[in-house]
Amino acid sequence: MSNRFLSIEGLSKSYPSKSGELVVFEDVNIGIDKGEFVCIIGHSGCGKSTILNVLAGLDTPSSGNVIMDGKEVSGPSLDRGVVFQNYSLLPWLTTLQNVAFGVKARWPKWSKEKVNEHSSRFLEMVGLGHSLQKKPSELSGGMRQRVSIARAFATSPKLLLLDEPFGALDALTRGIIQEELIKIWAETHQTVFMITHDVDEAILLADRILLMTNGPQARVAESVKISIPRPRSRAEIIETPAYYKIRNYLVNFLVARSGSLSGSSGSAASETREVDPTLLSSDADNGGEKDSVAPAQPRAVNNY
Amino acid sequence: MASLNVKAVIVSLLILLVGLGVWEALNQPPAASGEMTEYERLMGGADQEARVPPPSQVLSHAFDELSDPFYDAGPNDKGIGIQLAYSLYRVLTGFIAAALVAIPLGFLIGMSPLMYRALNPFIQVLRPISPLAWMPLALFVIKDSEQSAIFVIFICSIWPMLINTAFGVANVRKDWIRVAQTHELGALKTAFLVILPAAAPTILTGMRISIGIAWLVIVAAEMLVGGTGIGYYVWNEWNNLDLNSVIFSILMIGLIGMLLDLVLGSLAKLVKYEE
Repeated sequence: MSNRFLSIEGLSKSYPSKSGELVVFEDVNIGIDKGEFVCIIGHSGCGKSTILNVLAGLDTPSSGNVIMDGKEVSGPSLDRGVVFQNYSLLPWLTTLQNVAFGVKARWPKWSKEKVNEHSSRFLEMVGLGHSLQKKPSELSGGMRQRVSIARAFATSPKLLLLDEPFGALDALTRGIIQEELIKIWAETHQTVFMITHDVDEAILLADRILLMTNGPQARVAESVKISIPRPRSRAEIIETPAYYKIRNYLVNFLVARSGSLSGSSGSAASETREVDPTLLSSDADNGGEKDSVAPAQPRAVNNY
Repeated sequence: MASLNVKAVIVSLLILLVGLGVWEALNQPPAASGEMTEYERLMGGADQEARVPPPSQVLSHAFDELSDPFYDAGPNDKGIGIQLAYSLYRVLTGFIAAALVAIPLGFLIGMSPLMYRALNPFIQVLRPISPLAWMPLALFVIKDSEQSAIFVIFICSIWPMLINTAFGVANVRKDWIRVAQTHELGALKTAFLVILPAAAPTILTGMRISIGIAWLVIVAAEMLVGGTGIGYYVWNEWNNLDLNSVIFSILMIGLIGMLLDLVLGSLAKLVKYEE
């Protein structure tokens, strides 16, 4: 485990509450390889944002640790870029200045021309080459999030953390920016850790999807491999037979098993199961229909 | 159709004309009946009652004063320009000194909950004190009327700037602080690149309130300390029973106050941002 690029070991977070400790999540173990795109899905309150903030160095875990590239993560660092859900652009700076803000922080010795040239290149990558001098208030939500993505990619962090970046966008805009993200990721091959609520988005983007059980005492129950070949596009991916198999599997988890596996009610071991839904027998994803009553325990067999 | 602005200007002018007309009409001396006696000539007319001078007189007096604003004919007879310059010098000196203290201190209070709690009782007690109440103490300690007036301006300008800076700094959005953190900005860079621009509109609002108060207070302060300045000028002309000059200087106080506010207002526009 520890020889992976990023390894999260035995992470837990708890808060003191009136009735003793409230454990948000516990015994979370995640390993991510270099260049991998990993999404994490779970219901609200399972602590996925906290995990991301711990990775960003903005929050501290109650126990466990995070090791990236052989070094323990403590405190925020430019090695770990973050894209927040609410864009977090500085409203008094123009689009270009916002990206340059990150670039200057990363390479303080660069000349002004180099900083601007580098920043505008990344803004062009997300299709904002024509809005360099606009202020965030003049941009739509989707455009703002693109600026935020450009800012994060422009600093070429070793790990990119995306906290539900498209959560506040309408479906059409979201689709367009997802493709922008695929494009920029294909060019840079960043390691990405992303939180999302959107199953389709996760399948489109991720190499692997981590499924969390419901909180409190949430944990990462399964790690689902997305074997659909790249490059992927929104139009083509839905033609892939594997797509629905994976999708049903994920929806089934979120609708039924995320609850039944959670906390003390889950009798399963705390080990994260690795699953490739496309390799499961057809019987295994019967429970994937949204409305059907799913079995309390996963019928899928361990197969990795 | 005329635009709203044009209409507003027309209505303003109408109100001005009607106001001046009524003022003019109500303050005419009764027509002198025949030759004035020696006594009447001495008293400035046959009128037994003192009157506020009508606007025509005030305006012609204003014209005389403004055509030579910087004359200096001894300690009690200086042009309006010189008097205003003294007042502006005191206001700006006190105001800038207050800004130099209030803005860094406000930063400290805004960033540190400990300092906020520790200093809050002092601020709450000191803030409501009328700045003129400091005058005797200032005169005693500083032993200089000029500098005491500046001190009074300093002490009255400090509170709005201090409180607004602290408020602005304390309420910078957490997201922006996080942006600074994830970009490994040090404390000083975070303060100048993120917190200062984020809080600048609030700080400027505080400065605008402060300069307004300072301009209000300087008139009263100069009435007390005397010598020079627009406040002294008003009081001196009252003692001279020259109501033309009193009304004229009241108008000038208003005009300069408005200009000060305009300057701060346009500075505020520079740092304003929309979220």
